Amino acid sequence: MSNLQEIARRVADSAAAGEQVEAYVVRTRETDVEVFGGEVESLTTAGIEGIGVRVIVDHRLGYASAGSLDPDVIEETVREARDNAAFGEPDGDNALVTPDDLEGLAPPDLDLWRENAMPTDEKVRIALELEAATKAGDPRIRGVEAAGYGDGSSETAIANSHGVTSYTRRTTCSAYAVALADDGTGTQSGYGFTVGRAFDDLDIPSVSRDAVERACRLLGAKPVPGRRIPVVLDPLVTRSFLGVLSSAFNGESVLKGRSLFVGREGEKIGAPTLTLVDDPTDPRALGAALYDSEAVPTRRNALITDGVLQGFLHNVYTGRRAHLRSTGSAVRGGYSTTPGVGIRALRLEPGTRTPEELMASVPEALYVQSVSGLHSGTNPISGDFSVGAEGLMVRGGAFQEPVREVTIASTLQRMLLDVTEVGSDLTFLPGAAAGVTILIGEMTMSGA
Amino acid sequence: MIDTDVLEATLGHALRSGGDFAEVFVEDRRSSNGRFDDGRVEELVSSRERGAGIRVVVGEMTGFAHTADLSVEGLAQAADAAAGAARGGGGGARAIELVAQDVVRSHEVAVLPETVEKRRKVELLTRADAAARAEGGAITSVTASYADGRRRIQVANSDGLLASDEAVRTRFAVQCVATGDTGMQTGHEAPGLSIGFEMFDTIDPEDVARAAARRAITLLDAVPAPSGKLPVVLKRGAGGVLFHEACGHGLEADHIQKDASVFTGCVGEQVASPYVTIVDDGTYPREWGTFGIDDEGHPAQRNVLIENGVLTDYMWDLLRARKEGRASSGNGRRQTYRDLPMVRMTNTFVTAGESDPDDIIRSVEHGIYCVQLGGGQVNPATGDFVFGVTEAYMIEGGEITNPIRAAQLIGNGPDVMRMVDAVGNDFDTWTGMCGKNGQSVPVSSGQPTLLVREMTVGGTAA
Repeated sequence: MSNLQEIARRVADSAAAGEQVEAYVVRTRETDVEVFGGEVESLTTAGIEGIGVRVIVDHRLGYASAGSLDPDVIEETVREARDNAAFGEPDGDNALVTPDDLEGLAPPDLDLWRENAMPTDEKVRIALELEAATKAGDPRIRGVEAAGYGDGSSETAIANSHGVTSYTRRTTCSAYAVALADDGTGTQSGYGFTVGRAFDDLDIPSVSRDAVERACRLLGAKPVPGRRIPVVLDPLVTRSFLGVLSSAFNGESVLKGRSLFVGREGEKIGAPTLTLVDDPTDPRALGAALYDSEAVPTRRNALITDGVLQGFLHNVYTGRRAHLRSTGSAVRGGYSTTPGVGIRALRLEPGTRTPEELMASVPEALYVQSVSGLHSGTNPISGDFSVGAEGLMVRGGAFQEPVREVTIASTLQRMLLDVTEVGSDLTFLPGAAAGVTILIGEMTMSGA
Repeated sequence: MIDTDVLEATLGHALRSGGDFAEVFVEDRRSSNGRFDDGRVEELVSSRERGAGIRVVVGEMTGFAHTADLSVEGLAQAADAAAGAARGGGGGARAIELVAQDVVRSHEVAVLPETVEKRRKVELLTRADAAARAEGGAITSVTASYADGRRRIQVANSDGLLASDEAVRTRFAVQCVATGDTGMQTGHEAPGLSIGFEMFDTIDPEDVARAAARRAITLLDAVPAPSGKLPVVLKRGAGGVLFHEACGHGLEADHIQKDASVFTGCVGEQVASPYVTIVDDGTYPREWGTFGIDDEGHPAQRNVLIENGVLTDYMWDLLRARKEGRASSGNGRRQTYRDLPMVRMTNTFVTAGESDPDDIIRSVEHGIYCVQLGGGQVNPATGDFVFGVTEAYMIEGGEITNPIRAAQLIGNGPDVMRMVDAVGNDFDTWTGMCGKNGQSVPVSSGQPTLLVREMTVGGTAA
């Protein structure tokens, strides 16, 4: 048993009569190298430990957290959580997960840990070479704004006073570069990155290639006249939209009447070509996990199948309120927050045609390489959105003139119905959603 | 917090195998927040963070390590890790003698949050919920939150600096959802100040709730925003964040030194309309981005960035300033002891001008009037930005008319600053959190009512 499990167990066991107590204990280690101008700019070695304690007494919930596992700090944290519970309002659905809730459930068979013995000098070398390769990638690259390499590991132990426990550990590894291009028409920037569980998973050459290509192809970008036009979303942009859309599938939003899809289970909410799943049991997803943030085993959850809404995601609390089981979808922002509901590995099922074939299927389209202001520009409750976009015009199936300073606008509901086709290029990306190229029949583009 | 002799020994330890500069940053933060949602107090949460970040600089290279273990051994271990990362400097053992600096604070805190009973904090939430719902049956959901924090910091470095500071911040936020024939709309209001519970002597939680509720209800009747290039009037307070994004980030010395800002090499040049003067003022009493010392121990300052349209200076942290052989401007900040400091804004303001705000609105034949902006984003390398608009109206024939929804403002920082055609004689500020390279710090922005001749409005109107 690791020392984290012991700590979690001890806190959970300290529950008094009539009290439910849960401890979430986490430890992370990481190394980050950032380089600039051919030299190491910073090298960070860090370790974080922390604990979050949930106490439920008389159906009242209290929470407290601390960024330390010192025994005296843990004691103070449990005391604070208990004290806070006295001010919560009673709610019969406040409860921790019990062994009965987990009857018949088992975690997926996933190994998310890779031993890492890479010396620091090697990490520095990787980052410096990445920067140099980015700089040399094209004569129009005038600089590299940032480049770096990082890796880390985390361990999480959960225990509650009903005897439910979980322990997981995982590793991550990543590299990135931001290129600045200028050919006299003004600066454009582009980034590239690669992520995996270990260095062997990384595609380092793709980082500089992507950063260079994404910066250079926008050189000379200008606003274009506004109109309604088919839109092709880059996999990264699709990923961002899925992230925003995910709150509509959150059981908590649904219960509070804040989801776009309240009460629409079984109805058609998307184009028939659209199938959306959140599947943390898929080892390819960076967000893959054995257990959720309250020790419930994860599972594959279908959200939209062939355009039809299947259901919503729940943790133990929202599940109880909706008279459903948890879908294993409790997530936390870290030890300092109570478990909410969220996605871990959201993806659209890919189609059969390549992005090039999608682009060739319409006479003209706007290819959106990146969007800005997605969170500020989207109202997840009404579904209205209007976001800044840059990218390229597509005609004859090929990229034409670059475009910037335009906005694209629609509603999330409309966009799901307007997806003409999903590409075959499913790409697993950092964060909780995967990317894929999609073609949308029509959107409002406003520009010059 | 940590004894001077321990800090001196830790700095000595950090530099024992060489290095140009070493620093120990110690932080102890307690915070509490409460959330009222769905008609009840949903949760009350407390948190405690305490630790130290140690950096060692050799030439252009920074080694950094942090620890939550503040014992002599824990600090020595972190010092070793930071020194190991930045190895390669010359020199040998150095004796560090720390001299404590006096810290001048721009205001006093009257009521420390931990001295206030939790019950009173919870009451504010219940009152806000009732006030929002009293605005009408269209209000179908209310979320209110209360947050306070007390952050004590101590900074010691190998130049002999020893300084400490304490910041208290309090914030209250209400979000409402209104439901009508046009669907659901949201309204949000979230004031915050660098003071304690006395904030509620001047800010009434019920007023905050009513403002959020009215905003949501107004949007129910809103028409889709137009698209295209239009004159934009930014109401006092509402647009400061646009200048924070569109101009402020590009004036941060780290972007300048990396040649990743549109303002590189522009000191002394006319970069904005002559009506525009922009200051970054970390000393502004009680404001959300105010402090006594920055997170490198440098006193807060009022820095003029643009004066009558001419770029006068950038914002600096310690390392960027050292490189230029000048002093920091007091803009070295970090989110927590786990982060390296970098150049950050504090309270960034466009200063007041001479026009009557009503005259500014009357001067517009066809345009939009922005009362509240949502978040925004800028690419400092290009100056391109985009902003969500959360409350705005059409201006027709010099009169404010229909509310509009789902608008985005999109443009280029330097372009917009040159197109400021009028600046009002009023002023207000806005509270926010500024994110940069994964770190979030409290900032405020502010501005008088002003007119931008033309900005791209991206709306959904056909």
